[in-house]
Amino acid sequence: MTMHFLLLFSRQGKLRLQKWFTPIPEREKKKIVRDMTTMVLGRKPRSCNFLHWKDLKIVYKKYASLYFCCGLDAEENELLALEVLHRYVELLDKYFGNVCELDIIFNFEKAYFILDEFLLGGEVQETSKQVVSRSIEASDMLQEVSERPRSR
Amino acid sequence: MSPSVRLQEMIRVIRGARTQGEERGVIQRECAAIRAQFRQADNGTRSHNLAKLLYVHMLGYPAHFGQMECVRLIASPRYNEKRVGYLGAMMLLDEKQDASLLITNSIKNDLSHSSQYVQSLALCTLACMGSAEMCRDLAPEIDRLLRASNSYIKKKAALCAVHMVRKVPELGELFTPAARSLLSEKNHGVLHGAVVLITELCERNPDTLEQFRKAVPELVLMMKGLVMSGYSPEHNVAGISDPFLQVRILRLLRILGRNNDTASDAMNDLLAQVATNTDSSKTAGSAVLYETVLTVMDIKSESGLRVLAVNILGRFLLNNDRNIRYISMTSLQKIVQTDHNAVQRHRGTIVDCLKDQDASVKRRALELSLALVSAVNIRSLMKELLLFLSSCPPELRAHTTSGIFNAAERYAPSQRWHIDTILHVLTTAGGDVRDETVPNLIQLITTATELHCYTVHKLYRALITDISVQSLVQVACWCIGEYGDLLLRGECEETEPVQVTEDDVLDALETVLQSHMSSPATRGFALTATMKLSTRITHNVDRIRSIVSIYGSCIDVELQQRAVEYNALFKKYDHMRAAVLERMPVIDKSSPGHTNGESAGGTIKELEPTKLTQEIVFPQEPSNQVCDLLDLLGGSGEPFQPSPSLSSTAPGPASSTAGGDLLDLLGGLDVTPAPPSVTVYEKNGVTLKLQTDTQTDTGMTVTLTATNSTDGDITGLTLQAAVPKSVQLQMKAPSGDVIPAHGLGQVTQTVLLNNPNKVSLKIRVRVCYTSQSSVCQDTVQIDSFPSTAW
Repeated sequence: MTMHFLLLFSRQGKLRLQKWFTPIPEREKKKIVRDMTTMVLGRKPRSCNFLHWKDLKIVYKKYASLYFCCGLDAEENELLALEVLHRYVELLDKYFGNVCELDIIFNFEKAYFILDEFLLGGEVQETSKQVVSRSIEASDMLQEVSERPRSR
Repeated sequence: MSPSVRLQEMIRVIRGARTQGEERGVIQRECAAIRAQFRQADNGTRSHNLAKLLYVHMLGYPAHFGQMECVRLIASPRYNEKRVGYLGAMMLLDEKQDASLLITNSIKNDLSHSSQYVQSLALCTLACMGSAEMCRDLAPEIDRLLRASNSYIKKKAALCAVHMVRKVPELGELFTPAARSLLSEKNHGVLHGAVVLITELCERNPDTLEQFRKAVPELVLMMKGLVMSGYSPEHNVAGISDPFLQVRILRLLRILGRNNDTASDAMNDLLAQVATNTDSSKTAGSAVLYETVLTVMDIKSESGLRVLAVNILGRFLLNNDRNIRYISMTSLQKIVQTDHNAVQRHRGTIVDCLKDQDASVKRRALELSLALVSAVNIRSLMKELLLFLSSCPPELRAHTTSGIFNAAERYAPSQRWHIDTILHVLTTAGGDVRDETVPNLIQLITTATELHCYTVHKLYRALITDISVQSLVQVACWCIGEYGDLLLRGECEETEPVQVTEDDVLDALETVLQSHMSSPATRGFALTATMKLSTRITHNVDRIRSIVSIYGSCIDVELQQRAVEYNALFKKYDHMRAAVLERMPVIDKSSPGHTNGESAGGTIKELEPTKLTQEIVFPQEPSNQVCDLLDLLGGSGEPFQPSPSLSSTAPGPASSTAGGDLLDLLGGLDVTPAPPSVTVYEKNGVTLKLQTDTQTDTGMTVTLTATNSTDGDITGLTLQAAVPKSVQLQMKAPSGDVIPAHGLGQVTQTVLLNNPNKVSLKIRVRVCYTSQSSVCQDTVQIDSFPSTAW
């Protein structure tokens, strides 16, 4: 699933996470974020989850108060993209326990770490939920250890 | 207080800011503190400061001063610092920043770190923002990791290799051997990475593609294993075992099977199996089925398999899930040209989707419906399309109308149906049609001669109902002007008769003229129509006269000009009015006059073929003469001019514009007869004289003068001329077509000749006229000319 970008934003259009898999200048990133939020938030409630924007396919899904939006190449399988987004939400849910938007706001770096165990370079790197969760746990443990002050 | 709480505290404070200004203030303070902290020595809070900075960055504030801090943190030996450092690098650095090069060394070191989680950080960052240079630098490392590491690292290394190949395609050769061996792994993560890598390599290099075709059986087995395996808790998604891997394998098979019979054969059975065994009740299964369909349609599959695939798409069309309906239609659109019949079978469902709530689905359904129109289904499909038009979203209207028109033009079963359809579209969505619709429709109406009565009745009814749709009103005015006599006659075979009085018709046209809704072009149409009616009605000509004279002082220049000319037609040239406003000929679709609504001049060929034939353009000249006239009177470029109508059958009244009188008035556009004149024809009292006047080296003006010595007027005089092939001929308007009796008057006609090749000049003239109620026609050839120019 060659993703160009993955964005999470709230109903009010506030960005909660942005992952870019292709090198894009800062100004253009801002423009893309603006365009995506406008387009997706403007969709009627029971529309289909696929859009066209420039030469990309945009797949989005609303989970509670958060919109998950990704940009794909034109030949990608949109239905699979929906599954990818869903898998990410499941991983977040498992990690935070009944995840909600506040979890992602206050622990944004964790959200990134989880994403980085699931996707790499815009592609799915691990298809097993358990393996991803275990990797995150192990990394967190390592972080905890390294944070402890070294005994002098 | 542990450092990370400070981060969350900051977030809380920022979120608590009530205004944008307050938020900015908080952030500025925090950033200042962070900058100060960065400048200090390591105090154990660096990672948290960077994390704070990254949060601020996500809100949209500048954070470039954190770039160097990222570099420093990445180089730190502590995992927590590395973690945030790499995260920062991925967010703040990209290949365009200079600082990104500085982390190359750190990445290199970390790729060989003892902890796989550190290795993982490096791989992730490299795959996310590695520049071409970095990729070239570190490719051997990645290759090493592809071969000898645990599956955790291998899967990441594979995707990192994908990124590298995208950045530096030549690296593909380096990774090909390792990629091949990865296919025998068992770990799904590694397999997935391997398949993605192989896909990338094959897409970029046809030789590699050849090589990996040999792996098709292996891939087929792999896929079979996934499809037929029992429940696997680790990879199961809604009953499908690892849909992510399945889709990627299918995609790779597609690339390998494309344009290759052997490979396609090898995967035929598998695809059929997947297509039949996959449960598509949830998205995961549908995703796999979708990919299967795409693969089947792209490789050289058997026809049975293709039909199966199209049927799957057809089933998708009936799915409750809107997403699935949408992708089904996009896929059908791609194959509608190649597998037309298969898609036709699902036409009913597609047409039903026109009524879907979702705008994207509607758009797709419209595209597909238009692609499926054929001579067989045109009537039923058009009904659906017209129904759709009445309720379709505004952004689709223009596209729908043009699609309908195209379809109607190609497959119209009858002219009446065609006209009805266009009228229906105009009434429903006249505001969204293309500009050429009006002249196209007018042209169509003129060709349907038996339907003139029906058409004008229908249009009249539409006009009195509603005058807001400009295109419809324009066509209606034109028809009423042209066929008003049929309208007034009342009876019509095809519709119920309705009594329309002359006043009713004039009322309708005047309403259009006076309405604020009418555009200037529409009012022009209405005025001209009113004028045309003056020859088709009997009682209310005065009313028309007064309407026309009122508009002589209209503010709109275009209308004013027309009104003045029509006035002139009433006053000075009343004798010509009938001829000028006669019924128009059938408009040729390709003639130049057609595209802007002018009447076409026909071309009249020389009827007797001889070796000296050349086509002459006859009536076009008189209308040009009228043009010149009108131009001089102060206007130009009207879409409809009262030009003479000439049918190619009978030599109708030649445009007896009072060319002679007016021309004299203007100082003579005609050539005054030069002395040497020779009589070329003399019969029945009609004499035809020819005079020449050499103007230029190759150009000559010939004047033909006809006189009549009989007791009765000669009427319907027409002259036609033919010259040798290389000579160009241009006939000017005759001064009239009636030669008064007893030699009291004459008719002159000028002919301009251009003889660039200076061939010997001959001219053949045919004379037609009516004398004492009998029609005469003669041809005379003139081989020698009075002037000695040549």
